Amino acid sequence: MTSPIIARFRLAYPGFELDVDMQIPGQGVTALFGQSGSGKTTALRCMAGLERGSRGYLEVDGEIWQDDNKGIFLPTHKRRLGYVFQESSLFPHLDIRRNLEYGRKRAQEAGVSLDQAVALLGIRHIMSRMPDRLSGGERQRVAIARALLVSPRLLLMDEPMASLDLGMKGEIMPYLEKLRDELGIPVVYVSHSPDEVATLADHMVLIEAGKVRASGPLFELMTRLDLPLAHGDSAEAVILANVAGHEIEHHLTVAVFAGGSLMLPYQDCEAGKTVRIRILARDVSLVLDQPERTSILNILPARVEAILEDGPGQLMVRLSMNGVPLLSRITVKSAKTLGIFHGSEVYAQIKSVALLK
Amino acid sequence: MKRALLSLLLLGATFSTASADEVQVAVAANFTAPMQKIAADFEKDTGHKAVLAFGATGQFYAQIRNGAPFEILLSADDKTPAKLEKEGLGVQGSSFTYAIGKLVLWSAKPGFVDSEGKVLGSGNFQHIALANPKVAPYGAAAIEALTKLGLYPALEPKVVQGENIAQTYQFIATGNADLGFVALSQIVKDGKGSSWIVPANLYPVIRQDAVILAPGKDKPAAQALMAYLKGDKAKAVIRSYGYDL
Amino acid sequence: MQPDLGAVRLTLELATVVTVLLLFIGTPIAWWLARTRSRLKSFIGAMVALPLVLPPTVLGFYLLLLMGPNGPIGNITQSLGLGILPFTFSGLVVASTLYSMPFVVQPLQNAFEAIGERPLEVAATLRAPPLDTFFSVALPLAKPGFITAAILGFAHTVGEFGVVLMIGGNIPDRTRVVSVEIYNHVEALEYAQAHWLAGGMLAFSFLVLFALYSFNPNRK
Repeated sequence: MTSPIIARFRLAYPGFELDVDMQIPGQGVTALFGQSGSGKTTALRCMAGLERGSRGYLEVDGEIWQDDNKGIFLPTHKRRLGYVFQESSLFPHLDIRRNLEYGRKRAQEAGVSLDQAVALLGIRHIMSRMPDRLSGGERQRVAIARALLVSPRLLLMDEPMASLDLGMKGEIMPYLEKLRDELGIPVVYVSHSPDEVATLADHMVLIEAGKVRASGPLFELMTRLDLPLAHGDSAEAVILANVAGHEIEHHLTVAVFAGGSLMLPYQDCEAGKTVRIRILARDVSLVLDQPERTSILNILPARVEAILEDGPGQLMVRLSMNGVPLLSRITVKSAKTLGIFHGSEVYAQIKSVALLK
Repeated sequence: MKRALLSLLLLGATFSTASADEVQVAVAANFTAPMQKIAADFEKDTGHKAVLAFGATGQFYAQIRNGAPFEILLSADDKTPAKLEKEGLGVQGSSFTYAIGKLVLWSAKPGFVDSEGKVLGSGNFQHIALANPKVAPYGAAAIEALTKLGLYPALEPKVVQGENIAQTYQFIATGNADLGFVALSQIVKDGKGSSWIVPANLYPVIRQDAVILAPGKDKPAAQALMAYLKGDKAKAVIRSYGYDL
Repeated sequence: MQPDLGAVRLTLELATVVTVLLLFIGTPIAWWLARTRSRLKSFIGAMVALPLVLPPTVLGFYLLLLMGPNGPIGNITQSLGLGILPFTFSGLVVASTLYSMPFVVQPLQNAFEAIGERPLEVAATLRAPPLDTFFSVALPLAKPGFITAAILGFAHTVGEFGVVLMIGGNIPDRTRVVSVEIYNHVEALEYAQAHWLAGGMLAFSFLVLFALYSFNPNRK
């Protein structure tokens, strides 16, 4: 599916109003990102038909699921979607196999097979157990498999890891990445965790107080200085790069992207594989001349695109490495000393890079 | 609230007149209306106050056996007072017949019951109500009358029983039973529907006896009420409610 | 003793019929009460709960009037050729059904409310239409509520007295149930027989409640 998902909803509760107009790519993972209470879950529920406001419109893969102006409203059970809830939502009276088959029997559409889903989520060994005998992570994997088995045209996930502790999150994440990479189903993923979003999302819709603040590709929104993500200690850039080769003797992997090449701690993967690389703004320093005798491995040419104050005596600098954005956090004093301003050509010294899991 | 006020007033009355006293009376439900009138007269004439409780004789018996503080029982039968006397719960020799019940065949529908009770023979009805003969003298009397008329076997399947004559009256008054046997005292004031007073020779006399109970033994007010019930004024009231004497 | 056995059999028969009937009638009412946001909810809820606070004689008295030959229900049953309901087993069934209604509806309603929205939403996202959801999710999850409701409805019907007294007519094998028979014995001063039945009733009621609490020890 490639045609975009168009979603417009308006919903008012006492003390809260949702008014969103979103265009979501028909492929990849789109994060609905915002603080608790911003309305992102409500927006997701509207897409599923679980909430109904006024003047809603939803188009998925060219099909109109809801158009309140024309009196069209498909009830939830007629929308070809999968939904993963925040907390475990398995039916307690059914074992895992019957939980999985609940939706599959009713959907009657060829698509994801039971074998495929079971293998993808690694749950074959627990098929005959009851839900209360499972760990939180296992339950959530079953819930995801169950949602996939209705062969959805759209997968909605409402903070599926929010109820899990850190270890369990680590257990689930690889399955979500596999899901993203192996199935061609567009996913809308609600989250308030920048880490999850950075790891999973391709696209992002930033929601604030019931409204869409910004929407666009992930690496773009994470580095826009007018948005809250590009501020503070945890500000970072995410770069998609391809593995070019390895320097086994130095235990390093080389990845290339439009802005140049980066050396990473060694990763056991084939050349050509796409990897996500995270670079924290506080790990990037700026120099005017290319340093020659330095311990830092990754030094790339960049141009200053924007500068904004970021706390007392600190500046956040957005750089462009041949079009690929990067953030650098420096002091006001350094900026003055070096004479850095909009349009300056600099070298970004990257102290550390991390591969996102 | 009213009751509280009343008892306050009564309290005042007790203190103001040295001789005035209260007497606790258990009254058979069928005698409710006449007894209210008599109690009012009694208080006016003697200054004593009769505190009345209405209910089923069988229940009163059970309560008296278990220490209920009644001082006089106006029973719906003569067996219970006799039994109480024998068991020492009633004062020996105090019981007497204060009223004789009259059985009546009654229907809420005007013209349904004829003046000779021939409707019973016609069988032209679905349900005939009477009080539970095991516990209610009027019920036993009704069975007796039907048996003497030779109609009981034929009518038995149509019989429905009320637990007492008040409930029997209710069955008939609401039309659920077409007709039935009740006490004349229940219908005499209202005069609705149609009725036949069952001749006294068809059933044993329904004696309603009064007895002084152990707690009322040496109480002047209890003696006074028993005497008052035997007086002409009370008798006139009792007759006006359809009882014989 | 023979009439007493008849009363016991009649009572069990009545309680069984009423319980089955109430589960069928009570389930949709309880479901509606648990899920609706209608303003009628308080009204219907109060109606269902009325027998909890009304003296049974009040209900019995009104039923006697309503089901009598001059009452609206009586008119309907008569025009259907069924005669009138008082003094019949059917009449007892109707009266007991009304009287035991809250004992069935309320546990069911609580059970349905305890399920919450989430499992029903989950079922909808798994393509289950509402009726399907009701049978495949709500009913199985409310099972403890059904067991409680059935036990309470049965026990309460067995123990019911006032309404039956008001509309039964004390007819052996048709409307003379155990509780009425006990009353008859007490009234007739047949205390020995009363003890048998009353003691049996006490034991029965205790066993029922004991079973209920052992079955569901976490009941709040």
